[in-house]
Amino acid sequence: MTETRKTTYREALNEGLREALQQDERVFLMGEDVGHYGGCFAVSKGLLEEFGPERIRDTPLSESTFTGAGIGAALGGMRPIVEIMTVNFSLLALDQIMNNAATYLHMSGGLFNVPLVIRMATGGGKQLAAQHSHSLEGWYAHIPGIKVLCPATMEDARGMLWPALLDPDPVLIFEPAVLYPMEGTLPEKPTPVAIEGAKVLHQGKDLSLISYGSSLHKSLAAAEQLAGEGIAAEVIDLRCLRPLDDTTIIGSVSKTHRALIVDEGWRSGSLSAEISARIMEQAFYQLDAPVERVCSAEVPMPYAKHLEEAALPQVETIVATARRMLNG
Amino acid sequence: MSKQLTDLEHDLALLRQMLRIRRFEEKSAELYSAMKIRGFLHLYIGEEAVAVGVAEALGAEDAVVATYREHGHAMVRGMSMRAIMAEMYGKLDGCCRGRGGSMHLFGVKERLYGGNAIVGGGLPVAVGLALADKLQGNNRVTCCCFGEGAVAEGEFHESMNLAALWNLPVLFACENNLYAMGTALELSESVTNLTEKTAGYGVPSAAVDGMDVVAVEAAAKQAVATIRQSGGPYFLESRTYRFRAHSMFDPELYRSKDEVEQWKQRCPIENLKTQLQQQGWLDDAKWAALEKEVADEVADAVAFAEQSDWEPVEELTRFVYSDREG
Ligand SMILES: Cc1ncc(C[n+]2csc(CCOP(=O)(O)OP(=O)(O)O)c2C)c(N)n1
Repeated sequence: MTETRKTTYREALNEGLREALQQDERVFLMGEDVGHYGGCFAVSKGLLEEFGPERIRDTPLSESTFTGAGIGAALGGMRPIVEIMTVNFSLLALDQIMNNAATYLHMSGGLFNVPLVIRMATGGGKQLAAQHSHSLEGWYAHIPGIKVLCPATMEDARGMLWPALLDPDPVLIFEPAVLYPMEGTLPEKPTPVAIEGAKVLHQGKDLSLISYGSSLHKSLAAAEQLAGEGIAAEVIDLRCLRPLDDTTIIGSVSKTHRALIVDEGWRSGSLSAEISARIMEQAFYQLDAPVERVCSAEVPMPYAKHLEEAALPQVETIVATARRMLNG
Repeated sequence: MSKQLTDLEHDLALLRQMLRIRRFEEKSAELYSAMKIRGFLHLYIGEEAVAVGVAEALGAEDAVVATYREHGHAMVRGMSMRAIMAEMYGKLDGCCRGRGGSMHLFGVKERLYGGNAIVGGGLPVAVGLALADKLQGNNRVTCCCFGEGAVAEGEFHESMNLAALWNLPVLFACENNLYAMGTALELSESVTNLTEKTAGYGVPSAAVDGMDVVAVEAAAKQAVATIRQSGGPYFLESRTYRFRAHSMFDPELYRSKDEVEQWKQRCPIENLKTQLQQQGWLDDAKWAALEKEVADEVADAVAFAEQSDWEPVEELTRFVYSDREG
């Protein structure tokens, strides 16, 4: 038996950061309030004291420039971790991410790769309204040249950072803000984690719930409820949004013959649309029912609790949709 | 530059370098009309003294981040005309295998981190390169070249602040040619004296006549000396002028022919040539030999680009991500 201990998603991320900083002198963290404040979500708490201001660098409110500086530092031989407070603010750095980080390798004919990691919080559920709550990771998953990760489990929260830093190309890590206080257990000894491939977290034969991030936990709760009704749902954690793991998705759908995608992003022009299209392309004749999606309502995220809840995917909606898909 | 050259020999080397850029680009314009080169083509003609002068202040170990108007910068960093021409042809032997084209020249041994076609987009990257040097204890300078148009971008101000705040060795080399495409400086800046801009960030600055290569070299050397001593950034504005259109699609409605003619009187190549002639250092035979040498180099680059292969289309998706193996 491996020893386990209790922790939180936030602490797991913090451990991942600490381990990376300990393992490689070239690694440093920069972003707004990562140092003296301890991280806007307290993810980097204690790191300034341990590693000093050279390696835990508070930046001015200059998303574009500190992200670009991360690109330059990566080109210059360092292994920077850039923290952007939330995905909403990353739009101010989109120029650097899209036009520089994602293009340099190809545009230079293979001369310059950018070994950069960018972390940011994403998603709603905290009543932070329309400028702090959106799930835009699907936009980033549109971009060739970068990898997009979304850890939803303790293991991934701790373990994804290090392989992301070893990756020669830019990796974006999205941390669903509602998961920071989530409690769980971790093995005492860190186990290596891969940064590609989806994982089946719950086996089932009747339908596939395809999800990631905070929606994953809603899907797992829905699967439990459905089990009580005699419906065996399989739950897939995508983990890596780019590249998508077609093999796992198609393998599962070919077994269950029904696919329900649960994604906190909006549905129009989205990651869920992409997954649905891939299922049509690769497993159309395996399907016993149309692919369905539970996504966020197509509105800017409202503040009021009841409205926000209505806008986000919820366990009940997932259960009801699954039930309908099976019972017609 | 090695010390044993006399000043005049050195000036002749500067002249030669400017002439290389001029003739190379004149040929490029021709090849553009002949549809051998496509996409955007931004010529540096008229501004050669800036890249040539600034490059004299840099060593091989220093880095350069440039813009889409960077053929000259690539050349002064030591990139061959062949590699640049083949790149503009879109050929495999181009510096970026034909994936970047005129606006995106990259070179490892030249430490050229791209022509960047997003106005202002290279400034943060230069700050990061300098940060990497500082963190690793490298005594190197990163030179970031950009037009005065970029001064209006947020990234300029963010980068100025960050480079000063963290005391990073960046030479911000602004090439003020008075127009951002068709927008004159006074139509885009509340304060048109650009050297005043950086005072608020605590970044020392100077302006220099960008039509005088010897003056640019001296100012750039002064700037780099300051950077090496302080470890921090410096803003150098070279006041210059582009003789040609912004790119190849530009009817030049925004400036008068007179104005262009007046600036052409200050051609950096003609001026230095005349000076050297007056000083008795350059006679007609020597000039003709120089022209011939440069013409041969350009012709060789064109022949090279012509015969170079295209990258096989099967390789289209290579280098989206680094090759895993090896
Ligand atoms: C962010 C951005 N906005 C607009 C453009 C279109 N554009 C290309 S060059 C240019 C003018 C830039 O002028 P300046 O910085 O002075 O450089 P110059 O072309 O004169 O060398 C513009 C507006 C662009 N490439 N990038």
